[in-house]
Amino acid sequence: MRAVHFCSSCGKVQPPVPVDYFTFFGFPRKLNLDTAGLEKEFYALSRRLHPDLFAQANPEERAFSLEQSSMLNDAYRTLKDPIKRTEYLLRLEGVELEEQSKQATEKARATGKLKKQVVPPDLLEEVFELNMHLEELRTQRKTGEDDPAILEEIGKAKLSLEEKYAALFNELKIEWNKWDKSVDDATTNGAEADRQKILDKILDVLNRRNYVRNLVRDVNEALE
Amino acid sequence: MSSDHIVGIDLGTTNSLVAYMQGDSPVVIPGEDGLNLVPSVVALDENNQIIVGNAARRHLIETPERAVYSIKRLMGRGLEDIQKELKLFPFQLADDLHEGEVLRIKIGERTYTPPEISALVLRQLKRNAERFFGAPVTQAVITVPAYFNDAQRQATKDAGRIAGLNVLRLVNEPTAASLAYGLDKKKHGIVVVYDLGGGTFDISILKLHDGIFEVIATNGDTHLGGDDIDNLLIAIALDDIRGELGLDFRRDLRRSGEAVQRIRQAVIEAKIALSSQPAAKLDVDLPGGKKYQREISLADFEQMIQPIIDRTVAPCKQALKDAGVKPEQIDEVVLVGGSTRIPKVRRLVQDLFRRVPHTDLNPDEVVALGAAVQANILGGGSEITKEMLLLDVTPLSLGIEVAGGVTDKIILRNSTVPASATQYYTTQVDGQTNVAIHVLQGERELARDCRSLARFDLKGVPPMPAGMPRIEVRFLIDANGILRVSAREQRSGQEAEIDVQPSYGLTDEQVENMLLESFDFAEEDFRQRQIIEARREADTILTALAKAKNNQAWHELTTEERRNVETLEKALAAVKDGDDFHAIRAGIDALNEATMRLAELMMDTAVSTALKGKAMDDTDLEEGPQAGHPVAKADFE
Repeated sequence: MRAVHFCSSCGKVQPPVPVDYFTFFGFPRKLNLDTAGLEKEFYALSRRLHPDLFAQANPEERAFSLEQSSMLNDAYRTLKDPIKRTEYLLRLEGVELEEQSKQATEKARATGKLKKQVVPPDLLEEVFELNMHLEELRTQRKTGEDDPAILEEIGKAKLSLEEKYAALFNELKIEWNKWDKSVDDATTNGAEADRQKILDKILDVLNRRNYVRNLVRDVNEALE
Repeated sequence: MSSDHIVGIDLGTTNSLVAYMQGDSPVVIPGEDGLNLVPSVVALDENNQIIVGNAARRHLIETPERAVYSIKRLMGRGLEDIQKELKLFPFQLADDLHEGEVLRIKIGERTYTPPEISALVLRQLKRNAERFFGAPVTQAVITVPAYFNDAQRQATKDAGRIAGLNVLRLVNEPTAASLAYGLDKKKHGIVVVYDLGGGTFDISILKLHDGIFEVIATNGDTHLGGDDIDNLLIAIALDDIRGELGLDFRRDLRRSGEAVQRIRQAVIEAKIALSSQPAAKLDVDLPGGKKYQREISLADFEQMIQPIIDRTVAPCKQALKDAGVKPEQIDEVVLVGGSTRIPKVRRLVQDLFRRVPHTDLNPDEVVALGAAVQANILGGGSEITKEMLLLDVTPLSLGIEVAGGVTDKIILRNSTVPASATQYYTTQVDGQTNVAIHVLQGERELARDCRSLARFDLKGVPPMPAGMPRIEVRFLIDANGILRVSAREQRSGQEAEIDVQPSYGLTDEQVENMLLESFDFAEEDFRQRQIIEARREADTILTALAKAKNNQAWHELTTEERRNVETLEKALAAVKDGDDFHAIRAGIDALNEATMRLAELMMDTAVSTALKGKAMDDTDLEEGPQAGHPVAKADFE
């Protein structure tokens, strides 16, 4: 089902209906997405909705075109990127992810306390060692010496983390397939609880992936 | 309305142009002087008449305190952030300027805001176009640097409005250039536009396909351009002069205005010469009779400007990174802006992007031509433009200031526009009816390192217990790259009234007033002009009459006729230096009539010299051919 952008009889641009991004493009709410098809649809809709095409139209049509094309661009931007798409789907399904961490960050900043970071269990040991090495590096840097052994250790740790980062994306894709299948199955038998489990798993993978990414970023900063 | 020509305008730091689509190609509309480029220079002559363009440049040198140039550098900026500019440019600020107020520049005895000064340039271009078409021009597309922030864009739009133009769209300069480039050749692929103008630098990376011009990433520096090269050379010259001649012009730029402007002109000529010659000479006549001379070799010049040109490298690299594009993937590099004529700049571009840049297009005109193409598209398009679509981006991330002085980015840079983001707010205190939002632009973490855009005060929130209201605030960046905000309290469904305090701009009310004022000034200027013309004509007739009294014909008049003429002569002399146009006019007409017979008599006795009533000095009435009627009506516009 796709949102109606233009009236089927007179062809004039319509006010945007508050639909989700998938519906806007006429895509099912699935995580695997034909990005080439999405791009083609984006250009086709742009050619018809862009404000430039309504410069001489009446104010109402100009307003609709502005609204529609901003939604078009927002939707395209979100669905095009695999992670943004995933996060968007979670939000659509009622999973609060961003607001939680954003609130926590704001609170931390306001109170000055440290944000509670939950370390993914499988990384506990690695993170512990890495932090140790980073601390050593910082101390050494103060005296001006850079121990090549420490640098090598940190380098290796970084590589390992980058590998994990890539592996987590693959894990995510496996969950994607599960989700997509559940969408297909939902039409045949209702399996609500299963779907919730899949969503929880996806959130977990995303969080772990974010954690690793932040870690790699910290390492890069420390190495500069 | 569709029969109205929509024009494309390049409002440049150094030069401005107006163009339109003539059939299949865009064409620049020349000024009355036949030139395509209108220097972005505004001056007031000694009668407070506004002069724009080439004529103003002469005033810039002779009476620099009555002229202004490169005003684009001040558009959308505040007092604190132009301190650096003030050191390099002879901008004179109004005496009573406060922090937080819109800038006002002194030109002669008057003060103007930057949008008003830009409006004067736009008005000149508007007139050129109207003269060309023989019809009114009320709609335009105006270009801005891609890296211009919201305040700078708004200032440009305000300038358009003050000039009496409906600005249909602001187009980014590199994007406009790409339109001119890609127009006829059905271009396809990844195109980089490197735009180094008089005051701004932009780098844009576009994907061209099937007539779609899609900007992938853009970056730049809104205070980097040819002017910086000029200022560096001027500084070196001033140092030389202080060392060699003991004159320190640097200590008071205002007083040594004339000297600096002469040096500036020499420096610009040398800079241009060095684009095709191995050396150039500075030869300046300084006030006071001294001379300053210096040779600059190409090698010296290139060494001097290296640090300035190097500032373009980081934005280029960042843009490539944001676009996810490697130099090998680029299909074409297009050069825009006069400063790209400098061979060193071309070499830098070639090194950065690993290909020879495209230089077929006139770097001074390509932006205006592209704006004309966009104007055509907005007007409904034509055969050649009907498949074309522009997808541009916002250059800077949009953020909200949150607790702790941190910026929360809600729309990221290089997002295709129009783009929007929705945020939810609530109240801290029971019964609170206002919520304040501080919006910023920039990439930094801390709000104080970003550019303050505006403070929005959301009013009319229904009083509820603290934390209850759910205020949905929608931020929308339109196709011009300008922000709009709307808000609604969701529980009550009530639209919040939004009071906008632009950080560096004019309120709508101020623009309206300026619009009216500019009409008033136009009125006053016109009136002034009328008075001056009338005075000139009065002088002409009085001088001619004085000489005519030596003519034999004078004595052929009756005593009464002579007395009548002399009475009117005295009357005219009395009013002509006043401000009463009608009195002067009446005086001239009366005297003309009274001297009709005198003129006839003089014509009867001699061959007449045709006098147009303007150049009395050219004709000697004492001897030689006799004058005809001493005065002919002057040509009024």
